[in-house]
Amino acid sequence: MVAQQNRPVVALALMAAGALSAGCSTAPVVEGEEPEPTVFAADRVLQPGVTYSADVYDPWQGFNRRVYYFNAVVDKHLLLPASNAYKTVTPAPVRRSITNFFDNFLNLNTLLNSVLQLSPKKTVATTGRLVVNSTLGVLGFFDPATRMGIPQELEDFGQTLGRWGVGPGPYLVLPLLGPSSLRDGVGAGVDWYVNNELRSRIFALEPWQEWTWTGIYVLNLRANLGFRYYETGTPFEYRMVRMLYTTKRKLDIER
Amino acid sequence: MTLQPLIRKSIVILALLWMAPANAYDYPITDPFLATVVGTPAPLKAPLPENVPFRQDSIRVLERKAPDIFWYDQDLRYSYAAQPGQAPLVFLIAGTGAAHNGSKNLLAARAFYSLGYHVVLLSSPVTANFIVAASASGVPGDASADAADLYLAMQKIRDRLSDKLAITDYSLSGYSLGAFNAAYVSRLDAQKKVFNFRKVMMMNPPVRLYSSISLLDRMLDNIPGGADNFDRFYEQLVNAVGAAYKRAETVRFDEELLFKAFETMRPTNELLAALIGVVFRVSSANMVFTADVVTNFGFIKPANVRVDRFTDTGVYSEVAMRLGFTDYFHAFFYPYQQSLEPGLTRSELIERMSLIAISDYLSNADNVFVIHNGDDLILEPGEIETLKQIFGKRATIFPHGGHMGNMESYDYIDNVLNIMNAPVP
Repeated sequence: MVAQQNRPVVALALMAAGALSAGCSTAPVVEGEEPEPTVFAADRVLQPGVTYSADVYDPWQGFNRRVYYFNAVVDKHLLLPASNAYKTVTPAPVRRSITNFFDNFLNLNTLLNSVLQLSPKKTVATTGRLVVNSTLGVLGFFDPATRMGIPQELEDFGQTLGRWGVGPGPYLVLPLLGPSSLRDGVGAGVDWYVNNELRSRIFALEPWQEWTWTGIYVLNLRANLGFRYYETGTPFEYRMVRMLYTTKRKLDIER
Repeated sequence: MTLQPLIRKSIVILALLWMAPANAYDYPITDPFLATVVGTPAPLKAPLPENVPFRQDSIRVLERKAPDIFWYDQDLRYSYAAQPGQAPLVFLIAGTGAAHNGSKNLLAARAFYSLGYHVVLLSSPVTANFIVAASASGVPGDASADAADLYLAMQKIRDRLSDKLAITDYSLSGYSLGAFNAAYVSRLDAQKKVFNFRKVMMMNPPVRLYSSISLLDRMLDNIPGGADNFDRFYEQLVNAVGAAYKRAETVRFDEELLFKAFETMRPTNELLAALIGVVFRVSSANMVFTADVVTNFGFIKPANVRVDRFTDTGVYSEVAMRLGFTDYFHAFFYPYQQSLEPGLTRSELIERMSLIAISDYLSNADNVFVIHNGDDLILEPGEIETLKQIFGKRATIFPHGGHMGNMESYDYIDNVLNIMNAPVP
């Protein structure tokens, strides 16, 4: 069982290693001896020693940019059409309930990480939400906890590592999952394992039921995300997303 | 936390009481910088339909192949919302650097839709998508050429939509630079007579493009220590947002959170100006790099350097962020225009990029209206008077509201809709 679960991870690691060792370049290609002069050259405009917020540590950029592109193509041709179809066939209140259900289930992982972070505030709030929404909220399909004013936290293992001083490490774009870092990527793996364990212990689902669960989870997640690849209007989108992701994670950890 | 809804309710009631006398102007923020950044407080927002059936599509406008790095911009993206039956159609042109589905364009679209219009939303001609997909020259900024590009795109979109939509007649609107574009498109249509616009509504246009871009470029000087200290400036902003985020009850990262960050920061006018400057600088950086790649001009990217969809363009991004609209004008746009028209001087080109240059047309076009604010940040002193002279009774000027800060307010929307509703003289 464990070996089977790990198989995609091993495959991804091999893919990553392969792509990295192939050394996919991101350098601009010069046609000719050397670059022709420009009106505004970098060495004239940019001052030495200036740091740039958008310069995130990204030694695997060649791999990352290709995965970013891969994700965009998969999103355009598979995830978006599927999640749009999902939106068309499920009425908004049903989608709301499904979102509530997953949020409630993921609160188990948030609770675990709140405890690991030794945060009484988050632990109490998340326990409160779990108890209220799993009972009054009928297994989490409804969300009376929000109406009662219990705040929703969202903690994952990457944040827990960050809380205890682990830095983000290199920026990493994960296949299908998108922007991450070495730390958050490891965290996502742990979260994935924990959620799987919790799911099989609580619900004892058949494999096809687990696949259905995962499928609906992905469709619902995508339907709730407004982000569209290559529609941010900037030719520097990869760089912008990288900066925003890094900033957002920093704030999440400080929170 | 429990007090907040109560306070909010009392503000609504107060606002309703204020609104009672007819013709009073209620928009409360008299500081143009704050107004521009903060916008309209929730209780004073015009009630607009929430469930407008917006759809997104894209269309091939030019046969030119998009450069590999812009592989996703081959077709022009736009959105529209159709009325159930026969209805007039209005085209809406977004402001500087904004996409067809940017928040201000969507706001205008919801307002026009509530009046019974089919709405078609277009991106600004200085967006990357428009430059790649629809700018014949690839060098945006020439008012007449941009208008011709828009005009072609509008016809192609109209042709595609005419099967689905029953259209009675056409109108045109836009905000900020989009309003300036609308004036030139309207003039072009007066010659070509494809659409015969019933009404043209210009919301807060620049009067002289060059003076507006100079004003916007200078706003970045407000970053303490100049542009090279942008990093520290960004850090400060992030810390302010982070502080608000820590106090917030939810992990939702939204507009309300940014408002809260602003409340506690009590930003100075210099900081607000710097912020506005940064927003426009991002737009100009995107435009400059896109135009450079499409035309291979050698502005910041050497002409013999090839960039593709995987290329690290970080250095070009940083260089582009250091340059302003005025650098583009002097070292790219002007030389390009001069190559088409030898002998063209800088001052001639600057004079040409204005509403004054087409004032003969505008002062006699009874169907063209303008709405503006006396304290709009993109205008030089005296330019409001120029608008009043050109448009006469067809100009509505609010005393304050900054640049588009009051756009969402009851007064602003109501004025726009009344003008659209009034019979054509």
